[in-house]
Amino acid sequence: MNNTYKSTPIKSSEITPYSQYLSRRDFMKAAGVMAGAALLAACAPSVAESTVPANGANSMPTLPPKMDELGNPTNSLDDITNYNNFYEFSTDKGAVNPLSKNFKTDPWSVEVGGLVNNPKTYAMEDLLSKFTQEERIYRLRCVEAWSMVIPWTGFTLSSLLKEVEPTSAAKYVRFETLMDTKQFPGQGSPFYPWPYQEGLRLDEAMNDLTILATGLYGLPMPNANGSPIRLVVPWKYGFKSIKSIVKIELVDKQPDTMWSSIAPSEYGFYSNVNPNRPHPRWSQSSERRIGEFSRRPTLMFNGYAEQVASLYDGMSLDEYF
Amino acid sequence: MKNFFKRYTPLQIAIHTYAWSKLVILIFQLFTHNLTANPIQALEQRTGRHALTLLVLSLLCTPLNNIFGWRELLKRRRALGLYAFMYATIHLIIFMDLDYGFAWSLLLQTVAEKPYIIYGLSTFLLLIPLAFTSFDIWKKRLGKNWKRLHQLIYFIAPLAAYHYILSKKGDLFRLQGDLIRPLIYALIIVILLIFRIPPVRRALASFRDRVLLQFKRTNPQPKADSH
Repeated sequence: MNNTYKSTPIKSSEITPYSQYLSRRDFMKAAGVMAGAALLAACAPSVAESTVPANGANSMPTLPPKMDELGNPTNSLDDITNYNNFYEFSTDKGAVNPLSKNFKTDPWSVEVGGLVNNPKTYAMEDLLSKFTQEERIYRLRCVEAWSMVIPWTGFTLSSLLKEVEPTSAAKYVRFETLMDTKQFPGQGSPFYPWPYQEGLRLDEAMNDLTILATGLYGLPMPNANGSPIRLVVPWKYGFKSIKSIVKIELVDKQPDTMWSSIAPSEYGFYSNVNPNRPHPRWSQSSERRIGEFSRRPTLMFNGYAEQVASLYDGMSLDEYF
Repeated sequence: MKNFFKRYTPLQIAIHTYAWSKLVILIFQLFTHNLTANPIQALEQRTGRHALTLLVLSLLCTPLNNIFGWRELLKRRRALGLYAFMYATIHLIIFMDLDYGFAWSLLLQTVAEKPYIIYGLSTFLLLIPLAFTSFDIWKKRLGKNWKRLHQLIYFIAPLAAYHYILSKKGDLFRLQGDLIRPLIYALIIVILLIFRIPPVRRALASFRDRVLLQFKRTNPQPKADSH
């Protein structure tokens, strides 16, 4: 099987560096230049020689644009880092990037504890060196009915959990974002129950698709996307993928989550991408892929049904939404 | 140029410039790729907000006249209201066309599923008769009923604000979520409607008269023959 998200672990040195990525726009631009050059060459070879740079051939892409396993090209780094729901900085998606410029992620540590045999606080460097970082190209479906395709780098949450050994009493995993009103101006707002918290059932957390992402496009995680470490659960709405994590806790009861405490009738604990369960605000049966003009249908479990549908066997997805 | 300023008052120029500049800015940002990575949604949200702002401004005229006695404001309500209707129309067209590509099944689904769409659509439908009867000929033709019809705006404005609140991520009754901006609009609308309750209006008018009287006493008018 040649599914990108099932990619075998690779050394960090083998992850495509950003310089080799090419957004579709750049590709078209490059293609346009070459086509133009060819036209010029056809009518006046001498002109063509002087306008095409000597290294023209070398600057052409050697790689096609990155794609997910369904053939969707990845979104540009520009779009990925300038359109962010990160309410700790701002509710304005375009304002997050500038506001997050000076976010301090060094030193950073993640406390892993609760119902485990080996509780441990990991320094960020240890997480990067201890766990094999791999590339995962995932679709991200926001509950607001827009989506992107993002080339994350990171490691499976299961590899971390195996190391701390959850006890038999552990049933859920709870995650918490850094609480720091100095760095996160949005956390001063009384309209939200800070800090951001999220949760997964243990089997969801152990699923191979669930990763802790530490970067994207071969770069360290940009601040606007939840640096230095965030969760990515691609079959759930984006808000489940909590950013800038400082605490991971194994617990025996279903933990409260940010959005389900704000509006429990709209956002459930599971929040699996489900085109059949309507939302009072956004269409969940269709979505707009950022960079595309028309809507496309939303796929059950965001297109990952084969890998995750069995987690919910015998459960009513309407009841446990 | 002199004629231009004779024909149009500063208030008129300000209103028309404001209303059209919002559209020009949007179009400019659209073509310079400055409308976020999701420009259709940005257009949708901002035209909606402009419509509501203009609606609030049109509601502001009467109380401002009551307080400051600036009668020209009353003449400008029509322009503000019509601009609000213009932005509401653009807002609806963007929603149906750019956002949903006139996919009727999806559109009908949103109407059936989403209360905020119903509130928004009702706002627009109720604005239609007001916009079309805003001209003098209709004012004459409808007589007393014209005023009654146009008082519908006291119902439409809160409806529009509620549409805005529901369209944001959060929960009004728990006061949780991204609600600050729509709540500010709602609060202003509530205050402007309170100003229209007869006892409040009379209190405002008598307050104004007292202030004017005080002003005249402390600043006696120069005599007509003093020049």
